[in-house]
Amino acid sequence: MIINLKFDINILSKKILCQELNALGVTYMIHGFGEIEITGMPKALNMENIAEKLGVYGIEVISDQQMALVQRIKDAIAILINDENNYKKYNISTYLAETLDYSYDYLSTIFSETTYTSIGNFVILKKIDVAKSLIIENELTLTEIAFKLNYSSVAHLSTQFKKTTGLTPSTFQKIIRKRKERQVML
Amino acid sequence: MALHTLNIALADDDEDDRIVFKDAIDALKIKTKLSLFVNGKELMDYLTLPNIILPEIIFLDLNMPVKNGMQCLREIRENTHLNAISVAIYSTSSSEDDIEETFINGANIYINKPHKFSDLKAAIERVLQVNWQYQTSILNRDNFLLRI
Repeated sequence: MIINLKFDINILSKKILCQELNALGVTYMIHGFGEIEITGMPKALNMENIAEKLGVYGIEVISDQQMALVQRIKDAIAILINDENNYKKYNISTYLAETLDYSYDYLSTIFSETTYTSIGNFVILKKIDVAKSLIIENELTLTEIAFKLNYSSVAHLSTQFKKTTGLTPSTFQKIIRKRKERQVML
Repeated sequence: MALHTLNIALADDDEDDRIVFKDAIDALKIKTKLSLFVNGKELMDYLTLPNIILPEIIFLDLNMPVKNGMQCLREIRENTHLNAISVAIYSTSSSEDDIEETFINGANIYINKPHKFSDLKAAIERVLQVNWQYQTSILNRDNFLLRI
């Protein structure tokens, strides 16, 4: 029997973090967007122990400040895109500047220097990634997906999809469906 | 941070194509280490050696003697040790059926070999940039398909 699952990465990460940090006896505050303030930890414990425990779950403690900021930008973008109501109110640059408390110019420079791409390109990539998941789930029409992701029209979504992946939404859907039928591992 | 070096592998039986590919990669700003293989068998023998640094991405020509690109793709996807590697098919074929078939068999990227050097450079750069995002961000790798 094959069942399909959908994950909420935010809830998942938070649960794991709390569980592990509590077990270690660490006191902390979660600031969101991948930032935690450690307010106290047992004497025998150091940062390496924490990094090691979290590493098992693929959670990495980022030591480099620039990388840490880039990760927070990415997380903030992901949260905004998945939040239909807020996404329609904010534009990305104002949202990032307000949430992360840096000027957008600064954020944009750090991002481009560190990731080979721009914030704008990343937003497109992330939106299309969400669109792909929604297309595969097959519960929403393309029109509904376009509306959810704040595209002005289906045509706009389709054009950006084609430009980003080189494929039309329907070809993409066909390929993924055939992959599942043949049970190709990825 | 200093971006780490990307490890890349290319299997192509045509020597000229290998040289042009290497020139194009060397001309990019992205730091890379390229390993070249003359056919699919050589590539697969290398990938299954113990203690090697696996490439982040493999470029595969489809038509090669001894072991062709499609066979390599299937072996890579069936091998749990290798199946996290991104696979880019790099071929002269622009038949829709060929393209679809490689995607269904687990390819992430399909590049029609461009004729112009500048186009090849641009194509490789785009592939590496997008692939980098898939490695470093929460994006769904199962859905990573790109046709250039």
